[in-house]
Amino acid sequence: MSEIEKGQVMTANRLRDGEVVFLTRSGEWNERIDEAVLALEPQATAALEARAKDDVKATLVTGPYLFDAERVGGKIRALHMRERIRTLGPTVRLDLGKQAEGTAGAFAFKEA
Amino acid sequence: MPLLKNNAFIQDSWVHLGAEDPLPEGGNVSIPFSRLKNEWESLAKFPGQLGTLLSNTDHAEDVAHFLPHLALVILPFPAFVDGRAYSIARQIRLLGYRGELRATGNILPDQFQYMAQVGFSSFEVSERFPLEVWQQASKQMSLAYQRGLYRRVGEAEVWSERHEETAPETAPWEEQPHAG
Amino acid sequence: MYRYDEFDHQFVRERTAQFRDQADRRLSGALTEDEFRPLRLMNGLYLQLHAYMLRVAIPYGTLSSRQMRQLAYIADKWDRGYGHFTTRQNIQYNWIKLEDTADILAALAEVEMHAIQTSGNCIRNVTTDHWAGAAADEISDPRPVGELLRQWSSLHPEFSYLPRKFKIAVTGAPNDRAAVKVHDIGLRLHKNDAGAIGWEVMVGGGQGRTPMIAVTVRDFLPEKELVAYIEAIMRVYNLYGRRDNKYKARIKILVHEIGAEKFKAEVEAEYARRPEQTTHVEEKELQRIAAYFAPPVFEKLSRFTPAFEEAKLLHPGFARWARNNLAAHRVDGYTIVNISLKPEGGIPGDATAEQMRLMADLAERYSHDELRVSHPQNIILPHVRKDDALAIWQALVPAELATANYGLAGDIIACPGMDYCSLATARSIPISQAISRKFADLDVQEKIGPVKINISGCINACGHHHVGHIGILGLDKKGEEFYQITLGGSSTESASIGSILGPGFAGHEVAGAIEKILTTYVKLRQPGEEFLYAYRRLGPQPFKEALYAAA
Repeated sequence: MSEIEKGQVMTANRLRDGEVVFLTRSGEWNERIDEAVLALEPQATAALEARAKDDVKATLVTGPYLFDAERVGGKIRALHMRERIRTLGPTVRLDLGKQAEGTAGAFAFKEA
Repeated sequence: MPLLKNNAFIQDSWVHLGAEDPLPEGGNVSIPFSRLKNEWESLAKFPGQLGTLLSNTDHAEDVAHFLPHLALVILPFPAFVDGRAYSIARQIRLLGYRGELRATGNILPDQFQYMAQVGFSSFEVSERFPLEVWQQASKQMSLAYQRGLYRRVGEAEVWSERHEETAPETAPWEEQPHAG
Repeated sequence: MYRYDEFDHQFVRERTAQFRDQADRRLSGALTEDEFRPLRLMNGLYLQLHAYMLRVAIPYGTLSSRQMRQLAYIADKWDRGYGHFTTRQNIQYNWIKLEDTADILAALAEVEMHAIQTSGNCIRNVTTDHWAGAAADEISDPRPVGELLRQWSSLHPEFSYLPRKFKIAVTGAPNDRAAVKVHDIGLRLHKNDAGAIGWEVMVGGGQGRTPMIAVTVRDFLPEKELVAYIEAIMRVYNLYGRRDNKYKARIKILVHEIGAEKFKAEVEAEYARRPEQTTHVEEKELQRIAAYFAPPVFEKLSRFTPAFEEAKLLHPGFARWARNNLAAHRVDGYTIVNISLKPEGGIPGDATAEQMRLMADLAERYSHDELRVSHPQNIILPHVRKDDALAIWQALVPAELATANYGLAGDIIACPGMDYCSLATARSIPISQAISRKFADLDVQEKIGPVKINISGCINACGHHHVGHIGILGLDKKGEEFYQITLGGSSTESASIGSILGPGFAGHEVAGAIEKILTTYVKLRQPGEEFLYAYRRLGPQPFKEALYAAA
C-alpha cells in the first residue's frame, strides 16, 4: 500500500459561476481536487494563501480557505465530510456535482 | 473626503471641532454633541451657525431641544451594515428639523438612495467612487412603497400615487434656512 | 390572487436593473465581496457549498399555474431541473451562476415574482397560513395583509440594514398553521363580540440558538394601523437591537434582555411620536389589495358527494390518500388537496421541473388556477371539487406525488443540511430518508397518527427542530456528524420549545431511535391521544427509558 501524506489544500468558489475550485501546482484554479497542491509545510500553505489573496483581488475567486486533506496513492481527498461533499457533490444526489461531471477525483461516494 | 451635496462634490464650508478645540470667532462650526450639551449656555450666544456631530447611539429626543438652533446635524455610519443612523435621521426629520443632515463614515453608493429617502441631504464619501457612480446609484429606483419619505424630482410614492388625487408635494431636498 | 399594476411592474424591473449593475460592478472588481455580499443577499443570492444558491420569494405562499411553470422553466434553463421548497414559502435553486442571476430575476419579474429580501438583515418574505382563503376554520383571509406588508417592507430605506434578519408571519385562523409564535413578529386575527376584526401583535419569537415564544404587545390592533405600528416596532429594534454579537442580534434577545413590558413601552412611546397622519391611504390600499383576493366563484354543490364516496370504495389507495391528504374546505362539495413532497426515501421539499409543470396543470384545471407552498414543504391545491379529487390523485400517482402521508411520520421537515448548505454541521436529508424508509408502511404511519418530525443540520434551526414534536439537530463532534433529539415542540397556537431527551446519536442510529420513541408512544397513549399530547402528559421519562435504559 502506498504511503499517506497529510496536508492542506486551498479552495475557493469561482466568482462568476460559484464553481468549487482548488489551487493547482501551476497556480491556476481547477475543479479537480486531484490536481490541487497538497501543502505539507507552513511555507507552502503561506504561498497558497498569498496566491489566493491576489486572485481574490483579481476577481477570479471568492471565499478562499485551506482545508485538511490527504494524498493516498497519488490521489487527494478531504479529511472532513463537509469538504468531501464540496469536492464531490451532494451525497443524496449522486447524479449532481463533480461526481456526475467526472471532475470528482478518485474518491467518489458509493451508491447506498 | 469629498462632500457630496445636490449631486455634486462641493467644498465643505464647516469647521469641525473636537472636544478641546477652541471656538472660533464666527462662521459655520460643528461641535460633538456631548460638548454642545455641556457648553450650551455659552454656545447659544455664538454669532455664526452651529452644527453638531452625533453618535449613532444618541437619542433623537435628547437632541430635540437643540434642533431649532442647528444648521447642520452629522450622523456617522461606523460600518455600512450598521443601520441605526437611518432611524435617527428619520426621527430627527419627524421632529421638524429642516437643516442640513449629513452622513459620514462608511457609505457606499448602493446605500445613497436609502439615505436620501430618510432625510440625509449631504454625504461625506470615499474617494474610491467617482461622481458618476454616485449619480448613477442615486436614481436607480424611481418608486418607493413607503410613505413619508424624502423624495426628489422623478421619484414617487406608490401608495400615494394610487390613492391620492393629487400627490403630496416633493419634500424639500435642499434644506430650509435654519430658524435659530 | 394579487396582480401587479404598472407601479409593481416598474418596481421589480428597476430592481432587476439595479442588481444587474451591482453584479457587473462586482465582476469588474469595483465592489469587494464584503460590499457585494449584503447586496446579493438582499436579492436572495447566497454562496453555498457547491455554487451560488438563489432563493425566490413566493409571497404568502400563493402561486398561479403560470408562475409555477416559470419556476419550472428557471429550473430547467439555469439550474439542474429541480427546486427546493422551503419552510418559509420560498423556492431555492442550488446551482446558480452569478453571471446568470440578473436574467433569472428578469424571468421572475415577467410573472410578477422576485427574490427581494429573501435573505440579508432586512424584513424577509412575509408568510401566511397555506390554507388561507380555503380553510374551514378561517376568520378572514390573511393574504391582503401579507401583500400590504410585502409592499411596505420592500426596499424599506430605514429597515434594510437591521441588526439581523426579520421574519413576519400572519394567520387569519385560530388554528395556527403559519407558526406565528416563533417569528420576529406574528400577527393573528381575532373577531370581537361586536363582529369587528383586529390583529393580535406578537413580538420576539424565534428559533436558532436561543428559541423563544413570542410575547403579545397588542391584543386587538385595528387593521389600518398595522403598518404604522409595525414601523414603530421596527424602529425600536433598529435602534436598540444588539449589533455587537450576531448570535444576540435578533429582536427576541432585545425583548428578553429589556423585558416584555419595557419593550412594549418603548414601542408605544415611538408609536405615539409618529406625526399627525391619517391612515386612510393604508386603509384604501388594503381595500384595493383585498379585492384581488375575493374568493373564486364556487359552484353550489351538495355536502354529500356521491362520486367521491364511490371512488373511495373502488380505490383503496385513493381512499387512504383522501383520508390523509385532503382537508376541510369552507365551501360544501370542495376540498383542499395537500400534495406531499415527501415520497419514501425522497428529499423533503424537492420537486422536479416536470412535477412542477404537472402540479401547475392540475391547478389550472381543477383548482381555480391556484397553488400554495406550505410551511411543512408541501404543495397545495386549495380549491378542488371533491368529485375531481380522484382525477387529481390518478395524475399524481405516476409522478410520485401521491404519497398519502400528509401530517404523518413520513411528512418530515428537513433543511438542506450539509449536502448543500455552507453553514451546516451535519447532513439532514439522509436522516430524513432513513426515517421515511423506516416508516415506509403507511399502515404503520396511520396507526401512529399525526406527528411532526423536524430536522435541522445546524444550530440555526432552518429545519425547525425546536418546534417539531420530535426534533432532530445535526451537530459536529470531533469531525463526525451526530444528532440530538428533542421532544415536545410545537409551532401552533399552543407553541412550545422541545426539550433535549439525552445524549446524541450517530447518523445510522437516528431512525431506530425515532422508531423506539414512537413505539413507546403507541404503547402508552390513551385512545385518540396524539403524540404531542401524550408527551405533554407523560413527560420525557418513558421515552428516555426506551432509548437509554438498555444501553
